[in-house]
Amino acid sequence: MSDSTSNSSEGDRNPAHLRVDIDRLIAEHAFDVALNRLTDLWRRDPASGTASFVTAKLGELREQTANSLPLTRFKLAILRSFTVEPIMPLLRAEALSYGIDLEIHVGDFNTYAQDILDEKSSLYRFAPNAVVLAVRTDEAAAELWNGFADLSREAAQQAADRTVRGYEQRVRTFREHSQAALIVHTLEQPAFPSLGLLDDQSDFGQSGLIRQINRGLRRIASDTRGVYVLDYEGLVARHGSRHWHDERKWQMARLPISANHLLDMAREWMRFIVPLSGRIAKVLVVDLDNTLWGGVIGEDGMAGIKVGAEYPGAAYQALQRALLDLSRKGILLAVCSKNNLDDALEAIDKHPGMLLRSKHFTAMRINWTDKAQNLREIAQELNVGIDSLAFVDDNPFEREQVRAAVPEVTVIDLPKNPLEYAATLRNCAVFERLALSAEDQQRTEMYSAEKQRSGAEQNFQSKEDFFRYLEQEAELEPVSELNLARIAQLTQKTNQFNMTTRRYTEAQIAEMAKKPEWHIFAIRVRDRFGDHGLVGVAITRDEGDRCEVDTFLLSCRVIGRTVETALLAHLAESAAQRGRKQLFGWFLPTKKNAPARDFYEQHGFVREESAAAGSRWSVDLKTSTVRCPEWIKLNTSMRSIPIANMPTETSVGGKN
Amino acid sequence: MTANTFEQVRAVAGDIFGLPPDRITAESSPETIENWDSMQHLNLVLAVEEKFGVQLEPEDIEQMKSIGAVAAIVTKLQSARR
Repeated sequence: MSDSTSNSSEGDRNPAHLRVDIDRLIAEHAFDVALNRLTDLWRRDPASGTASFVTAKLGELREQTANSLPLTRFKLAILRSFTVEPIMPLLRAEALSYGIDLEIHVGDFNTYAQDILDEKSSLYRFAPNAVVLAVRTDEAAAELWNGFADLSREAAQQAADRTVRGYEQRVRTFREHSQAALIVHTLEQPAFPSLGLLDDQSDFGQSGLIRQINRGLRRIASDTRGVYVLDYEGLVARHGSRHWHDERKWQMARLPISANHLLDMAREWMRFIVPLSGRIAKVLVVDLDNTLWGGVIGEDGMAGIKVGAEYPGAAYQALQRALLDLSRKGILLAVCSKNNLDDALEAIDKHPGMLLRSKHFTAMRINWTDKAQNLREIAQELNVGIDSLAFVDDNPFEREQVRAAVPEVTVIDLPKNPLEYAATLRNCAVFERLALSAEDQQRTEMYSAEKQRSGAEQNFQSKEDFFRYLEQEAELEPVSELNLARIAQLTQKTNQFNMTTRRYTEAQIAEMAKKPEWHIFAIRVRDRFGDHGLVGVAITRDEGDRCEVDTFLLSCRVIGRTVETALLAHLAESAAQRGRKQLFGWFLPTKKNAPARDFYEQHGFVREESAAAGSRWSVDLKTSTVRCPEWIKLNTSMRSIPIANMPTETSVGGKN
Repeated sequence: MTANTFEQVRAVAGDIFGLPPDRITAESSPETIENWDSMQHLNLVLAVEEKFGVQLEPEDIEQMKSIGAVAAIVTKLQSARR
């Protein structure tokens, strides 16, 4: 079904027609549309010929718009020891698909050393944003490559050391002259080392020494700000050395890479250029059916969808693992799916094969609204620009719809075969990061938990459903050395949900704790998204058959999720158990505590008295209807406060 | 050489040389196409290899002296592969 839809939408967009269309649009001065069509064309037909066409038309557009295209400009210099010219159109076209207008300077053959040394060289005059140092082993370590069999072990080692020192010097000099990013290709191993099998029997063979050089390059990169290693060997290995290389072109034209892999070289460079130019995605929005799992949850049900350790579910698990890796890099995950919410959530949270659970998603739009609208909302909810979103969906129709409606969103095309999903996601340049601080990751988690809550809330028809979904657990704990500071801090800092705004020091709290008529309740809350920590405090004082609520406060982090009701219910219950007949408390208004104003009234308290300072409210404990909401699991096992454990008890108690 | 192969070669050549395909004939050559220099020749070789999934030998590359010749070589390589 989806295929026929996609064919009809692509029918008038076959590459030949698109070319004609683009020429017409440029002639009509519809430059922005022409630019979009160019990107379309490249996506549909990413071949060398297309790249030449795209580059030529991009040049025309630049000229006609006096360089005012809505693209990020980026200047890349390539210093090289081999022919890269045929890759340049591919690289420009590929960059265009990320919204980058790439200006490229290619150094002369093997002049990279002079180019870097001479501060007046064309390299520095070009003022690049980034420089690629693409040098092959046969040039960078010529002795090792060509004459290894003639070298003594010492001479071979010296040759390797010299190569690393050469790189070190060049990198240092480069940094003196330029603040541009520097991307250094690692050196490739020979397919057949000069001594055959013997070579691999020690670390000091031809391959071993080249590995040593590469370790040196990685060390230089990690020691120097803005210097990165491109794992050329890894790149070649991913595609297969035999397929990657083309000896004919190497011999004839100094081009070592076969025609079929020139685009892969360009894409590898883009993995650096995209994060360097800031065209990254911060949020990945995923579809569910046939993307995160095989099948349609609404039709196939929990037992029918495919996700798990075995084929075909394994393909989806592999994708989920890739998504988990992205989230560990600080990329937020979100869901946008046309589904019944309950069906989808059940699958996400209950299916045994799922690696991703609700807690991994910072926003969810599971509804029947169109996806473009949902994506806009997700961006808004997460407080990121719409261009920070990437969207992945198996359905070409949905992808096209999103592309058309919100062109700023990076839409990731999934291949037809789910086995290739994971690799597709792992290979997306928009998710590349060149540095990641521990703070980034930490912030992401905090942000993510809170965003998840508010995101989830919008998916529910009623607040109660949302509360049930939250699976809140509250735990009352006694005052102790461990939480005394936090309790005092909450009385001092809490402004909004605070009935009396009485500020207490640690010493005052400790003093209260050892008096039998005073009771101090500290509440800790966690939900499915994470632990909020200790967020609420209530202090009561028994007086005859009445119990006064001296302090009742809750951190704004958890206001409005009925934890306050649970805490109040517990105060009432606890007072009743001690034989009190009435619970009463003051509401003392401040400039900031309006959120607490109606609290007592909403819980069936009656106003006893109004004074200038505020109002006094009470409830008869026999008839009180304040109950802990059924969706909060309240652990009250620690209801008695062991003041005997308080370290201050002995000394202060003596004075009693 | 088949008409279809020729059309496809013509489309690729059009992209590489920046010409509308209908301005390219079987006789088009470095003499008639202004920017058909050695670098563009390499680009044409690579685009043809990629498009048709063939590998051109150095001898083939030397013989690519007109668009008609390119199409003939592609046809030869494709039938040899079958």
